[in-house]
Amino acid sequence: MTAAVEIAGVGIHSFGRFAEQTVVDLGVAAVRAALRDAGIGRGEFQAAFCGTVYSGVAAGHKVLTALGMTGIPIVNVEAGCASGGAALGLAVEAIRSGRCDCVLAFGMEKMPKGIIRSSFFEPWREAAGMAVTPAYFALRAQRLMRDAGVTREHLAYVSVKNHRNGVDNPHAMFRKPFTLDAVLASPVVCPPLTLYMLCSPNEGAAAVVLRRASGERAGRVTVRAAALRSHLPGSVLGEHTPMCGLPDDAITSPTGLAARAAYAEAGVGPEDLDVVELQDTDSARELLSCEELGLCAAGDAGRMIDERRTDMGGPLPVNPSGGLLSKGEPLGASALGQIVELYWQLRGAAGPRQVPGAKLALGHTVGRGANASVIVLSR
Amino acid sequence: MTASVPVTAGLFELGADGSGHLLGGWCAACARYHFPATTSCPYCSAEGCETRRLGERATLCLFTTVVNRPPGYSGEVPFGFGVVELPEGLQIIARLTETDAARLAFGAPMRLTFVPLHLDDEGRQVISYAFAPLEPT
Repeated sequence: MTAAVEIAGVGIHSFGRFAEQTVVDLGVAAVRAALRDAGIGRGEFQAAFCGTVYSGVAAGHKVLTALGMTGIPIVNVEAGCASGGAALGLAVEAIRSGRCDCVLAFGMEKMPKGIIRSSFFEPWREAAGMAVTPAYFALRAQRLMRDAGVTREHLAYVSVKNHRNGVDNPHAMFRKPFTLDAVLASPVVCPPLTLYMLCSPNEGAAAVVLRRASGERAGRVTVRAAALRSHLPGSVLGEHTPMCGLPDDAITSPTGLAARAAYAEAGVGPEDLDVVELQDTDSARELLSCEELGLCAAGDAGRMIDERRTDMGGPLPVNPSGGLLSKGEPLGASALGQIVELYWQLRGAAGPRQVPGAKLALGHTVGRGANASVIVLSR
Repeated sequence: MTASVPVTAGLFELGADGSGHLLGGWCAACARYHFPATTSCPYCSAEGCETRRLGERATLCLFTTVVNRPPGYSGEVPFGFGVVELPEGLQIIARLTETDAARLAFGAPMRLTFVPLHLDDEGRQVISYAFAPLEPT
């Protein structure tokens, strides 16, 4: 029997734009908040894993240097949009292996505005105008419209829903509700996607303290599974943004692979979940994520929206935090930001965003690499 | 007339008359094509893939329009962007000459062409591949 791993505390630096703060400042704020929440300090965790993509050399070390908490192993983890999930997974393994009793996972990012410029793309692909991330999102959106009965109104509704949820989240960047018409009438970025259907890369940090569960603890939240997977070859619209693929729609996505592994590890299925935070880099991505995670049947995403199944008050609320559409996406922090939200949800501490009685939660990120992370938490 | 140079070597070859071919990789082990050509097969991991010309005709699978100039690109906007399927059983990411997505349709027949990107330091026209609707729209 491997050790059960519990969340001892969480911390977040709000997601947004912070011209006066460095990425290290953001990380320090989140780590301090998590350690305070866990009631621990220097010397009481034995390893740290830092998810970040754009912060440069040894960014996690710089955060813990600023805090005077070095000497332990510190590993910086880059797994694209799933970097924070990867960091959490390594922290879980460090405890399960018996090597550590208490481990810190944190993530932070400071990103420029606009389309993300990524060294992932070769210079010629940029010069050819083919390093255009929202266009790949748009092609996936069109595929959903073709195959899953999804309309532009469904896409717009995802944005309406998440922005409505985000109004109640003090850590979100955008806290203004939008009407369906406003989303549809916002500037077209790549059809069918409009500006308000896309999330903004931004800045922020989040941290989670994990420890081996022992004895009794009221309201304990345990990490039931933390799965990370990459892509299988052959999918032309895979998140690894290849130049080619095979005409085979049956290739399991990295999210599908990670979900399968996480459900097996946790011994649960999607029908058991009470609340989900998932990758909504764009509105269509939320619907695709729902299908890939098994929250709805393949081809049923449009109907799921028609029936408002993922609204607050629906049978399975998705992105009660407002999602990345409201919070923005600081790559290294986004997955752990989900874990912070889900921990609060499971502890009944989410305030006006609370999903009543939530006991089983799932967090999901997917992106460049390709990397997909699926984390299951339970109370 | 200024000389045209491909945006990168090995992606396509140009004939003297301005026509050309995309260059794909052929894996004898799994009998599948990939693009751009590499020696290792991205599907089955076999070594020793050979470079072969790909067909100039395609069918349109998915399409959108790039409205804002993407990072690292100094050519014109808007431009079309999509997925086309080649007769070799290969789907590729491609620019499209049609910028109005409303004038395109799933399954539309397409043909290979080449589009200007920018002038290089020596004043030569840098070009890349694209697909155009087979019937004039």
